[in-house]
Amino acid sequence: MEHSSPRVTALDPALRVGCVARRFRAVRRPLATTAAVIAAIGAGGADLASAHGFAGKRFFPATLATDDPFVADELSLPTVARRRTEDNGSSTTETSASIDFSKRITRDFGLGAGATWLRLEPSGGTRVQGWDNFALSAKYQFLKSDPDETIISVGVDADLGSTGASRVGAESFSTITPTFFVGHGFGSLPDDMRLLRPFAITGSVGIGVPTRTSSSSLDEDGNAVTEQHPSVLKFGFALEYSLGYLHSFVKDVGLSGALRNAVPIVEVALQRPINRGGGPTTGTINPGILFPGRTMQFGIEAVIPVNGHTGGGTGVLLQLHFFLDDLLPRSLGKPLIGD
Amino acid sequence: MSLRARGATLLIGLFVSTSVLAHAMLDRSAPPVGSSVKSSPARVELWFTQPLEPAFSSVKVLDGGGRQVDRGDSTVDSVDAAHLLISVPALPSGRYRVVWRAISADTHVTEGDFTFDVAP
Repeated sequence: MEHSSPRVTALDPALRVGCVARRFRAVRRPLATTAAVIAAIGAGGADLASAHGFAGKRFFPATLATDDPFVADELSLPTVARRRTEDNGSSTTETSASIDFSKRITRDFGLGAGATWLRLEPSGGTRVQGWDNFALSAKYQFLKSDPDETIISVGVDADLGSTGASRVGAESFSTITPTFFVGHGFGSLPDDMRLLRPFAITGSVGIGVPTRTSSSSLDEDGNAVTEQHPSVLKFGFALEYSLGYLHSFVKDVGLSGALRNAVPIVEVALQRPINRGGGPTTGTINPGILFPGRTMQFGIEAVIPVNGHTGGGTGVLLQLHFFLDDLLPRSLGKPLIGD
Repeated sequence: MSLRARGATLLIGLFVSTSVLAHAMLDRSAPPVGSSVKSSPARVELWFTQPLEPAFSSVKVLDGGGRQVDRGDSTVDSVDAAHLLISVPALPSGRYRVVWRAISADTHVTEGDFTFDVAP
């Protein structure tokens, strides 16, 4: 007996954050000597403005569950997620650990690579673990407006089929996802709304297109099974409130320590199949907090299923993120071409 | 305290101990950002998270009409290179905007502004 079943992915999308946790940032310039700085500025030709994640006064921190619009030299190591999922009444605890690396080729164009290790623990079943498919990405930042605190980019992400372990659900086909990214800060709000100026939003929308529309296999009874692979609309956003922005540009409310520069954040990551049997919208809402530091950032979020179709329980997501342009400004932290 | 709690505390402490980012960000000011003061300050002072390049870091003070009202003597403290200051005459009541530009010793440029009020 042959039957079809729409399928988006075998794994909880919330645990695939490593593939979207890459951050792209703008340019910075390494220090030679103070004299060289003075000479450069004095000559009037130095473009010293901006650095990773900045648009004007706005610093956009690296987000955990959704991608952001910058090109940057950065390393997320690790991004760890853990959540219980449900599928047809069976429960599985999924744990993932990801590494993502992004490198600027030019000032506004960067490439990225990511890998995710997965452990699946079915309730009452046998634990399996292994690597998910490896991912590559490219991104081009084509607009940055300092006065508007806005950045817009386009990019493409490729999950490479058969590069991971099928026992953890790694697909045998690739998925290509062209994506549009935008980030905007609200620093230009009128004076009577100044306490809202620390808000910023980043978002992305893309369509994941599988390189194979369906797969056939035999089930336990020897029946042929055809599995459909729909294209998937992927969209998400992050709403953040920068306490550092509040203290530096709006009002010093006297917070100290880690909270002075922390960024409370809510991320929403959703996906919806758009053909071949379709399916409901699924995803997660992730409230959390980020702590940007001098050369690195720590973030932690809860992972809450957005609806009953997503299923499962509340999980947790953590990330340690390194700003390579600050850590290694003269080597890995600068564009390969130009500056 | 459990081992996990100690680990979390250590991790957060790692970030708390470093100022945000490797750029010269405004850490605090006098008068404070967004504050209201009872009388005119003699000067406006800003403290940054990084030492500044004195030749190319500056601050100015504008009144509600956008006119510059400071004495034009913006300077980086010779003792504390993260300290930028400018003197102002006796300011009448009103809202004032402080506009700064900072170049840190590692060449990053940051710019910003904030307001403070002199109460009637």
